[in-house]
Amino acid sequence: MALLEASRIVAGYGETEILHGVSVTVDNGEIVTVIGPNGCGKSTLMKAIVGLVQVRTGTVIFRGEDISSLPPQQIVRRGLCYVPQSANVFPALSIRENLEMGAFVRDDDYGGRIDEMFELFPDLAVRPNRKAGSLSGGQRQMLAVARALMLDPVLLLLDEPSAGLSPAMTNLVLERISEINATGVAFLLVEQNAREALRLSDRGYVLSAGENRLDDAGHALLDNPEVARLYLGG
Amino acid sequence: MPTLKNTVARLSFKWTPGRITLAIVAAVLVAGLLPFVKMSLIVNGVFLGAIIALGAIGLTLIYGVLNFANIAHGDYMTMGAYVALFLLTGAFPAFGIEGEGLGPLTFGYPLLIALPLAAAVVAAGAVLLDVAIYRRLRQRGVNAVVIAMASLGVAIALRGLVQVIWSGETQHYPREFRQVFRLPLDVRIPPDSVFIAVVAVVLVVGVYLVLTRTKMGKAMRATADNPNLALVSGIDTQRVIRWNWIIGAGLAATAGVLLAVFQAQLLPIMGWRFLIPLFAAVILGGIGNPYGALVGAFVIGVTSEVSTQWINPSYKPAVAFAIMIVVLLMRPRGIFGDSG
Amino acid sequence: MDAIGIVNYLVGFAIMAAIYAVFALGLNVHWGFTGLFNIGIAGFFALGAYTSALMTTKPPDPALFEDFVFGGNWSETHFLDLGIDLWFFLGLAAAAAVCGIIALIIGYVTLRLRDDYLAIATLGIAETVRLFFLNEKWAANGSKGLYRIPAFLEGWVSPEHYDYLYLVVVLVVLSALFLAVERAVKSPWGRVLRAIREDEVAAEASGKNVFRFKLQAFIFGAVIMGVGGALFAHNIRFLSPLTFDPLLATFVIWAMLMVGGSGNNRGAILGAFVVWGIWTGTQFLPGIFSDPNFRFFMIGVLIVAVILLRPGGILGEERRITRAADS
Repeated sequence: MALLEASRIVAGYGETEILHGVSVTVDNGEIVTVIGPNGCGKSTLMKAIVGLVQVRTGTVIFRGEDISSLPPQQIVRRGLCYVPQSANVFPALSIRENLEMGAFVRDDDYGGRIDEMFELFPDLAVRPNRKAGSLSGGQRQMLAVARALMLDPVLLLLDEPSAGLSPAMTNLVLERISEINATGVAFLLVEQNAREALRLSDRGYVLSAGENRLDDAGHALLDNPEVARLYLGG
Repeated sequence: MPTLKNTVARLSFKWTPGRITLAIVAAVLVAGLLPFVKMSLIVNGVFLGAIIALGAIGLTLIYGVLNFANIAHGDYMTMGAYVALFLLTGAFPAFGIEGEGLGPLTFGYPLLIALPLAAAVVAAGAVLLDVAIYRRLRQRGVNAVVIAMASLGVAIALRGLVQVIWSGETQHYPREFRQVFRLPLDVRIPPDSVFIAVVAVVLVVGVYLVLTRTKMGKAMRATADNPNLALVSGIDTQRVIRWNWIIGAGLAATAGVLLAVFQAQLLPIMGWRFLIPLFAAVILGGIGNPYGALVGAFVIGVTSEVSTQWINPSYKPAVAFAIMIVVLLMRPRGIFGDSG
Repeated sequence: MDAIGIVNYLVGFAIMAAIYAVFALGLNVHWGFTGLFNIGIAGFFALGAYTSALMTTKPPDPALFEDFVFGGNWSETHFLDLGIDLWFFLGLAAAAAVCGIIALIIGYVTLRLRDDYLAIATLGIAETVRLFFLNEKWAANGSKGLYRIPAFLEGWVSPEHYDYLYLVVVLVVLSALFLAVERAVKSPWGRVLRAIREDEVAAEASGKNVFRFKLQAFIFGAVIMGVGGALFAHNIRFLSPLTFDPLLATFVIWAMLMVGGSGNNRGAILGAFVVWGIWTGTQFLPGIFSDPNFRFFMIGVLIVAVILLRPGGILGEERRITRAADS
């Protein structure tokens, strides 16, 4: 049984329908990347899975349970966490407070988890009382991922984790993703830097105009000449 | 949401060259005027500022988290004052709880019981109003200004209710005449004002501790900061909103009781008239910023009180309004907000 | 009350309802079409009323111990006498101009900012205007008020029939304003306003100067309110700062627009007659319903109820074909 099975999702905003029946699955421990042109519905798909955008028809099954109509707080509790593309930290709160907010639904002592995050992202440990709003783009992205990891998720959804980052920083972020993945966390990524993301992905999906276009193993998509021409910039 | 960026709670403060210049200009102005200002007006302004602060902190928290201007906030103050009046003159005497002139204060110990009870009643009422009205509108996803519109309706209804129950006449709490404290420089302080200041300091420190030390307080700041991220972090935003109303309306009701003590009278329109200084303080401090509202409240309180040395005292709300307009012209996001 | 008494009562009612309809139209330009949240209508109401009254009233009479220093006396000035009382329209124009200028200043300061700053600023203006007329006796006789405000076309008909005449005057002005607002909102300018109300960011992105359009709409609405204030002044012919209580000069007008149908000019006028009918009609009811405080309470409940249960009011916003053709 797949860890996450989203099938034939239809969703959108107001009167506009963005997704016209998209399906993706993620298995335990996998990294899966969704690529596609701007406006094809990648971000909306993420939001529909985590409950920020209403799923009109179709189902989202996570660990055998239908979560398609649950609110975000409930979904988060089940071990599916999400990092939005932008505005993904609380700028007025300190680094430590951001991590505490990530653990809001935890009632146990999460002090140890915060220390683990500081080990994983040493940059954040330098001045834990610094306001998140004063961090650099890369540090913010690290903090956003760390915040989402506070709940020990089984599956992490990252919307464009490398958006606005330098190539060096992008590599660093992707490296961290592989490391975290090695501890058993599955990932569903949306990425502009499709080539780099697909390289470390087990599988990938190509979306276009709110519909599934292709899906295959990560390296197979990389080698597919049509994908290369249309989505990987030649 | 287009206005999200403006509503983000700003709890950090940095000294930029612009701000330093502003501070120096303000300090020179204040220092230059000081010899001509009666000390007693400044002291009185500080007490008035304390009452404004209690109202403004609640208003700015609600503004930050719910993203709308609660026009009914002044009437939550009025409600608090009148609920306390009911307790002091109607409910308590039935149980033999009576008395005025506690030590140097004009009022008696029953007010100390009535104050938290009135705050609790108004806080509960605010939560109910949220469930009955504002939550539905939020779920419908209407524009923030429509929610503000609804709060105007609530403000009118609350004031009407106060007038139906307590009439529109001027009233006051049971009180006994008391001598004022006489200090040097011709400063006279009514003992009641000292009580007001103590209550305000305790509550402001309390709110600060809640916002910075408790999980719910941090979640309130987080929700004001970035509501969508709060949602996907698993923060129970409904509960955050509930606590927001409890704290905001509770503080407003307290401010209402203190205002009734300060002015030695109650009038149904007292809270509505107080809206202008409240919003002036909130805007001065930057929307969503409780520390800014605190500073803004004292600026408004002292300035409008000091202005009475030259201007007819009944113009105090107009002075508060003028300060607000000047701030909006110079620094639209408040003295602590980002410039621009 | 005999039949004539009832008719006279209804005429008096209709005059006030029609004056309120003018305000509702002005508020519709602000809120209904542009989404501008003005909770200080009383300020424009008072400015309009006092402006026209001061321009047209006779100068102060020392024998009457009046405190104000200026009365324009337009009603007695002969160069304005062209067989018809031209001064009346000049009074309306002056009222409109003063309100427009104040709206320009307030709008210029606040309309670039968040929507709700305007609410607070208009509230401040209303309070400042009230305090000004209350404290500055030299301006308009303070709380004693102005009580020698001239009537339009006085002497054309006998005093007991004057209300009929004034009703016609008010209805003519109301119709003219209605046509002007209808024209404006159906023009390309009005389409931009509604686009701004629906999605300011999108309107800005499509290259519209949102600030300028909002400012124009704010001034336009305030000008209409100024005319309403002037019509009111020459009807009641007595003004004091107490006349402009927020209840009857702001809140009730909001209730009218919301009930009738925000965004619909016919709705605004209908709402003015319906709400004013309820407001004046309930005074004849027994018990608590005629208690002014209870009616105050009900105005608030009515506004909330309309927002919650029937956001479109009685008529709802007109669906405009022009809009469909536009997109």
